[in-house]
Order: sequence, then structure tokens, then C-alpha cells
Amino acid sequence: MSTQPPRDRDGRLTPSPPEWSTRPALPFPEAARKGLENEVQRANLRHATGTIRTKRANVVAEVPHWEQLRSAGEAIKNRTLRHLDQHLETLEASLTRAGATVHWAADAAEANRIIVDLVRATGEHEVTKVKSMVTQEIGMNEALEEAGIAAWETDLAELIVQLGHDFPSHILVPAIHRNRGEIREIFREEMGTYGTPAPEGLSEEPVDLAGAARTHLRNKFLRTKVAISGANFAVAETGTLVVVESEGNGRMNLTLPETLISVVGIEKVLPTVEDLEVFLQLLPRSSTGERMNPYTSLWTGPHEGDGPQDVHVVLLDNGRTNALADPKGREALRCIRCSACLNICPVYERVGGHAYGSVYPGPIGAILNPQLRGVGSAIDKSLPFASTLCGACTDVCPVKIPIADLLVHERHRVVEEKKRHQANQFEPAMMRAASWVMADHHRLEAAGRASSLAGKLLPIRTIGPLPPPLSRWTQNRDVPMVPEQTFRQWWKENRDERA
Amino acid sequence: MTSEPSAGLPGAGKTVALFATCANDVMFPGTPRAVVSILERLGCRVEFPPEQTCCGQVFTNTGYYPEALPSVRTYAKAFGDYDYVVGPSGSCIGAVRHQHAMLAEEAGDLGLAAESRAVAARTYDISEFLVNVLGVTDVGAYFPHRVTYHPTCHSVRVARVGDAPYQLLRAVRGIQLLELEFADQCCGFGGTFSLKNPDVSRAMVNDKARHVMDTGAEYLVTGDNLCALNISGVIHRNRGGIRPIHLAEILAHTEQGVSA
Repeated sequence: MSTQPPRDRDGRLTPSPPEWSTRPALPFPEAARKGLENEVQRANLRHATGTIRTKRANVVAEVPHWEQLRSAGEAIKNRTLRHLDQHLETLEASLTRAGATVHWAADAAEANRIIVDLVRATGEHEVTKVKSMVTQEIGMNEALEEAGIAAWETDLAELIVQLGHDFPSHILVPAIHRNRGEIREIFREEMGTYGTPAPEGLSEEPVDLAGAARTHLRNKFLRTKVAISGANFAVAETGTLVVVESEGNGRMNLTLPETLISVVGIEKVLPTVEDLEVFLQLLPRSSTGERMNPYTSLWTGPHEGDGPQDVHVVLLDNGRTNALADPKGREALRCIRCSACLNICPVYERVGGHAYGSVYPGPIGAILNPQLRGVGSAIDKSLPFASTLCGACTDVCPVKIPIADLLVHERHRVVEEKKRHQANQFEPAMMRAASWVMADHHRLEAAGRASSLAGKLLPIRTIGPLPPPLSRWTQNRDVPMVPEQTFRQWWKENRDERA
Repeated sequence: MTSEPSAGLPGAGKTVALFATCANDVMFPGTPRAVVSILERLGCRVEFPPEQTCCGQVFTNTGYYPEALPSVRTYAKAFGDYDYVVGPSGSCIGAVRHQHAMLAEEAGDLGLAAESRAVAARTYDISEFLVNVLGVTDVGAYFPHRVTYHPTCHSVRVARVGDAPYQLLRAVRGIQLLELEFADQCCGFGGTFSLKNPDVSRAMVNDKARHVMDTGAEYLVTGDNLCALNISGVIHRNRGGIRPIHLAEILAHTEQGVSA
């Protein structure tokens, strides 16, 4: 039985998350404005995404059969998802045979209840964590905090986010929006409250910052008896879980504690160990731009005298079967959380991850969140429109998710929802009218005649700033006046034999 | 048998239906005129099926699938009988090829889907048609100016015209093609995106316009006039002095001036 860690100035065990992250998320266009106004963050993101884009492009270009690898990744995931029920039962049987205890969670609340109960059963009051998206998705840290259990992030970037009372803004690099100077300040001000303080005179040098994090975390690793992880892959035939990481903190968590609880989204299952061959090539090159990631851990239940002896696996749905029920939308479930689509996205690069109102930001977040959560909230209604459909994300996706097409698909879902619930809105009425024009060329010709007449009669050649809502376009752009003759009119006068 | 005036030209014997696209028809008529001029110069017979309207992309990409269907029907009807349909827009051509059959299927009209698929396979952006179908890169153009080329997103990643526009530009006599930094990044237009996310759109186009102005070009060349409208709108506001021009309009220029 451990003693509870000390309380901080807010009466909490762990740093409080930012106040805004506890409120309903703003619609994307409003949230994006805040990101755009943050000049430091924009500079950090421009630098970081630019660097990682180049690294990825270089290591992908080295692989002559990259396109075949992508197709293999797509095919394996599609095949697995089509028979997901069977693979999950195989996984459960394999895990149980290997000595792990399997728990099923339909949603975030159920998963958190299971995890809290498992930690309480150990009598411990703190846990260390491997970097994991799914525990962020279910808000596990806060559920544990409420239960009097401190959850410590041990991935360097997650530690920066946690100590900074911040929220992750990127799947792979959650502190991508921070620079070295900001990180030094966070370490100096916060580390001492929650454990080993930063050394005197901490510099901005990466080696010093990493050293401070290492000392701070080492004491937690040596003290804590329960670890919580996610998994990049779960192999059904053997009951093997896989974590892919860069820092080795994951390996510490997976070997030092007595109890290991792994939370795994049900879409993470792969049928066989051989399938890993494809994904362990696709993932590091797409995510960190490395040929191979430094640490790949595979474990199959407990092993006597080695590593955690009490091993639990929580298999989580939390909206994934909703996505599976949508023949188009389910393609998003192939995602292996590499972040290549975030790094290449010109919208993400400028607004940052917080505007997406989810731990899954960027293009994948814009299609995955409406699938997992539905299109009921303001943020989920706006996410599918948070893209120019430039298609850069589609081209870099290692499992060939047609992200741009799925954005359009989600837009269609949002519009259908809008039409069902709100009659006589401006946009649907405009679209209906325009559709009527395009149904018959005589109507388009009449519109063209009106336009060219305006071009003849109005004495201006350029349109400058206009009042709202037209200012959305003209605030920074001039518009040339429409010409005095449409193409159709010219054709009739110059080419048309029927005229 | 008497020889046609086009005998020996790469387009001889080919009848091409021009898809002007609605935006070019009304706002940029010089561009489809330039397409007519190039194709006729290369020996093609050009027809303009008057039933044509629009690719429907503005509806589809805003989520209005049923509203896009009239455009899909009109397109299949207007162009169904032609071997070659050519238009001056990677974006509109991309929408025809990538979305029309999907929209028909969503509406449960499998007959229309089959028609759409067939006509889409015969639909080309002007740059692809010249390079891949006619096998021409030197179209006899002359344009003694400094230009930079912005490869629009849909021309590259939906229509997938590849490097056809660059091949055509490099063969233009007198031209100086200047490299554009961050060329592959979107200009921020995105159709209704520019109205739904105006702040992000402005941030993106401001960056793109700055990169274009940094080239020192006289002309900004694109294969999509609406992307060019977006970028050149900022350049004009900032008195950047760089004029937008469609690739087809450059290719239509010869040492004798512009025909058509």
C-alpha cells in the first residue's frame, strides 16, 4: 500500500489540464483563429512540421516498393476489420491462454471504471504511463485523478504537456507547439511540485532538457508499481501486444512494474505476427521519418520472474463499431496513428492541433472524430470542413485512407443532418437554387448574360474591400470585374454553325 | 481523296468536345478561347456542346450530393457521344473523373454511374490531352516573359496531370520559368472553404502570394483560374504587379500573336 503523492496548489495530485480543455470545444473556424493569432506557436509548427515532412519524404523515397507496402497495409487492415468479431475472440482466447486478464469496455466511462478498479485493487496511488492515444481519448488521467490516483506521463513530450498544464496538439509529438525556451520554463517552474525538481541553471540545450526529464522520471519509475500502456498492434493468434517508441520510457514501463494494464482500441488487432512485417516498415518511416524506431516491445502475457506478473488488457470500443457500420467511414479505422497527415497539412501547420477539439487533430481527426463521436456537436459538425481538400494527406497516408474523399463523405453526413433538423436555412437554399441553374444550360446562359451585362455597364475594373459577409474574401483580396462577354457568347458569334 | 488542311498535324482526324467549365465560361472566357485556339492549331476539330453546364464540385465538396446530380446528368448527356472531352481546369476535370460515378451510385442510379464512368475515362485536362494523347510538348507557343507555375492541388492530386504542364511550359519559346518555393502547398482557396474558414484561408493565401512575389515573375501560371483568382487577389491588393494567366493562354500565344 503506497502513500498518496502530495497535493499541489490546486489541491490536485497531477498538474491541472488547461481550463479551456474542460469546456465544450469551439467550432473549428473560431478555435482556428486563436491558433492563427499565436505567432510563437505558428513559428514552432512551421519549423517542426517542415523538418519532419522532409525526413519522411527522404526515407520513403529510399523504399522502392513503398506503394506496394501501402497497398499491403491497406489490404491487411481491410481484411481484419471485415472479420473483426472473429479476430477479437481469437485475441481474447490467446491473451487468456498467455495468462493475461481481458476486460471489455463499450465506452470511455466503462474503461475508466475498469482501470480505476484495477489500480485500487493493487492498493497503489500512482501509476506511470507509456505514451498512449487511447488513454487520452477516454480522459483516463482525469478519471484516475478523481479517484485519488496520480497518473504520470513518462514520454518526454507528454511530460512537457502534462507539466505545462497543457493539452496535446499532435498525435506523435504532443508538445510540437512548444519551443526549447518554453520547455525550460515549464521544467523549472513545475517539476519540483510533482517530483524531482529541475537542476539549478537548466539551459535550453536539448541534452540538458532531456537530462532533467530523465532524472525526474527515473525516480518515478523506481517507485511506481503499476504501469498503464496502450498498444500500436495486438496480434490475435498469439495474444502479443506491441508498443513502438523512441525513448525507452515505454520499455521501462513494460518491464519494471508489478502490474501492467494495457488499453487497446479494438481496431488495433492484426491476425498474425507476420502482418507486423508490413506495419513495422510503414509506421516509423511515416511518423518520425526514421527507417526503424529505436524501441519495439512485444509481450505476450506475464512471464515468470521477468516483468509485470499481473497483466490486464482492456479492449475498448468507444464509437469504433459505429464507424465500422459505415461502409465508407470505416476506412478511417485503418489509421495507425503515424501523424504523416498532420505534418503535411497546410491547415494544421497554421492553426495547430488544439483547434480540432480532440486528441486526434489534423486531417485524420477531421474524419475520425465525427465517426467515433457522431456529428451532433458544434466541433464535430465543423471538423469535416476544416480542410481545403488539397489531398496532400491522402497521398502520404501509409494505409491509403482516402482522407480527402472521407472529408467529403463526412460533409455529406453533416449536411444531411442539417437538412433533417433545420428547414429553410440560407446555405441549403442557395445550393438548391444553384443546382436548379446547373440543371439546364439555358439558365446558366441567362446568368452569364446578366453577368456580362454587369461587366459592360459597371464602370469599375476591380472590386476592392466589401462589407461582411463578402469581406471574408475581400479583406485581403481584390477581385477583377466580370468580363463583357461570356465564352458562350463568343462561341456563338465566332464558331457556332448552328447560330 | 482530297487532303484535309489538318493532314499531318497531331490532332488530325480528332474531334474534341470542349468543356469550358462554368467559371471559365462566365468569368475567364479567354481561357476556353485559348483552348480552342491551341486545339485548332494542332489540327483538332473543336465542338462546344451547348448542353454543358458545370462539374458540380461546389455542391459535392460542400456535402450537397443530391444538388450535384443535375450537373452529373448534364455532363453525361452533353459529352457522352464524344471520344475526347477537354477542359482547362485540373479541378473540374478531377471532379468529373473522381466524383461523378460516386454521386450517381449514392443516388442509386447505376445506369448514370456507368455512363459517368465511361465519359470520365474520355475526359482530359488540356495539359494531359496535349502531352499524353496528342503526344505534343512543343505546341508552337512563344511567350517572352518571366513566369512561375503554381501546380494546383487538384490538378496534381486529383486529376494527376503529372509533369505535363511543366513539359509544355519548358517548350515555350522565349519563356523564363522561375522556381516557386513551397509550390506543392495549397493556396488556401478550397472552394467554400474560403468562406467557411476565412481566417485560415487568408493565412494560407497570404503565404502563397508572398512566395509567388518572391520569384520576381511577371506572370503567375496555373491550370485552374479560381486558384489563380485567389492568389492574384492578394498580389493585386499588395500592388505586387504579377498577373495571373492560365497555362492554355500562354500556349495559345505565338510569334504572330494570339489566334482565335
